[in-house]
Amino acid sequence: MDFNLSREHQLIRKMMAEFTENEVKPIAAETDLNSEYPRENIEKLFDLGVMGMCVPKEYGGTGADPLASAICIEELSKQCASTGDIVATHNGLCCDPILTHGTEEQKKKYLPMLTTGHKVGAFALTEPNAGSDASKGQTEAKLEGDHYVMNGSKIFITNGYVADVFVVFAMTDKSKGTKGISAFIVESSFPGFSVGKHEVKMGLHGSPTAEIVFTDCIVPKENMLGREGRGFPIAMQTLDGGRIGIAAQALGIAEGALNEAKEYTKGRVQFGKPISKFQNTQFTFADMELGCEAGRLLTYQAAVLKGQGVRYTKEAAMAKLFCSEHAMKTTTKALQMFGGYGYTKDYPMERMMRDAKITEIYEGTSEVQRIVISANMGL
Amino acid sequence: MKIIVCVKQVPDTSGKVAVNPDGTLNRASMQTITNPDDMNAVEAALKLKDETGCKVIVVTMGPPPAASMLRELMAMGADEGVLVSAREFGGSDTYATSQILAAAIDTIGVEKDDIVMCGRQAIDGDTAQVGPQMAEKLGLPQVTYAADIHKDGENITVKRMLEDGYMTIKVQTPCLLTCIKELNNPRYMSIGGIYATYNKPLETFDYEKLKDHRLINVDTIGLKGSPTNIFKSFTPPQKGAGMMLEGDGKETCEKLASILVNKHII
Repeated sequence: MDFNLSREHQLIRKMMAEFTENEVKPIAAETDLNSEYPRENIEKLFDLGVMGMCVPKEYGGTGADPLASAICIEELSKQCASTGDIVATHNGLCCDPILTHGTEEQKKKYLPMLTTGHKVGAFALTEPNAGSDASKGQTEAKLEGDHYVMNGSKIFITNGYVADVFVVFAMTDKSKGTKGISAFIVESSFPGFSVGKHEVKMGLHGSPTAEIVFTDCIVPKENMLGREGRGFPIAMQTLDGGRIGIAAQALGIAEGALNEAKEYTKGRVQFGKPISKFQNTQFTFADMELGCEAGRLLTYQAAVLKGQGVRYTKEAAMAKLFCSEHAMKTTTKALQMFGGYGYTKDYPMERMMRDAKITEIYEGTSEVQRIVISANMGL
Repeated sequence: MKIIVCVKQVPDTSGKVAVNPDGTLNRASMQTITNPDDMNAVEAALKLKDETGCKVIVVTMGPPPAASMLRELMAMGADEGVLVSAREFGGSDTYATSQILAAAIDTIGVEKDDIVMCGRQAIDGDTAQVGPQMAEKLGLPQVTYAADIHKDGENITVKRMLEDGYMTIKVQTPCLLTCIKELNNPRYMSIGGIYATYNKPLETFDYEKLKDHRLINVDTIGLKGSPTNIFKSFTPPQKGAGMMLEGDGKETCEKLASILVNKHII
């Protein structure tokens, strides 16, 4: 068992750390304050091959493995969880299902768009009445000749109002329950596609979240992803991979908060010495560091298993659950170390704390992760 | 056409600076970076590669770990790397270094369309001598302090940045240019570049390979052969804190005059 990153993974970490320091950090606070999609940086991430990086070369990507993608998301999220989220969604929830389940024609058409074509991807599963119970979606797709007619709406869609390509789940046969759900590749330019409400959120202000509405939306028959009725397992399988991305994002948030707190407490003098010298601070740091290390091992393990092509459902759920809860704990404790300053927008702590919360909710709540883990324990 | 870029791995002075008891830098205990001006030279070469499709070869003289720097530069887009490394080369000053690098570049071969690029100077020694010395030894025309480079056929137009203005010079290839930070913003490594870099050729030129080259005199290289000897190395005493005078023009002038009078300066 070798715990060292490969030469390539080490370089990827270095490159992303430099990019994050120079390009992401300087605009992170503004991105949050103005709820502004960091378009320029996403374009740069396309140029650098980060967007859609796991897509093989023949479809425009670089053929990177899931660990490389996790490292990129982790590094970006140290300074801006919104940017990490946009990349995680694009790579894990749009490129990945098309690569895994798409026909050769679908891969040839859509994967180059999502890599060299600079088109952003999204994933649309959640509906107002189908959150954790994703099988209760009401969006319907009816076959009419050479196309499906899709009606319904999806909510909380990351990249919602900037994406061009969506992986959408809709009922093709309501009588069959989860076996009546099918997956589709839908372009935002298809007739009947529209973007609804832009969500105003607690955090992740730079990540564009919106409602997606299908009103007699025409989806060509050849855009069904996977076989008819196989949508639910495709969604679940995609979320397994997506959870590695969210684990990496949460890990990055925790590491970012830890780094900020280290710097601050070394310089902040109270009662005659830097507050980093108080044992209470040091013990808190020890717990933060321990959690980051454990979360990193869980996340990288899940990513490596995915890369090896073996089942990783439980490991991804454990990584996501652990990292997201650790991110929430760490940002809360780190903000506390800043005292009143941490509560202001002069420091990034309150943003990091707001951003951390969503990682316990999306792509399966912490409760859902516990269901997934226990369901894979032979109980 | 090819571009040979000379680069140097230097201590990262933005972190902790460690000094040996004899006053020399304790390089082993410091993080390293690619010399900043050299990064501008690499970027200039890669831009010309984007325009013309030419080959870019990065060359460094240093200990074996310097190979990792060459891999990073190849992950940015350079095609090949040459590591010039031998115990006999260690401790070389600029006179010795320029002999060794010139011999290495001559061994790679400089043809009619080729360009040699360097950073203006390295942040550890700050001499700015190696580039010009190499040009002399290789018999190449040199343009230093390049702030802008345009290639038009065999001609290269270089805007030199001087202390009090710019000088525009037209030079024919082959030539040597030294680059400054105003020239460009170096690109990042790319994901594709990182996956490709370990499959790119990286050759090591050792002592045996270069010792008989006509540009090298083995008695004047390495620590022993270098004519430069460090007599003393020290940290200059810190200047005292400055004083800011506040108020309007007349008031501050009066304050200033009274301070100068008190110090018997006027």
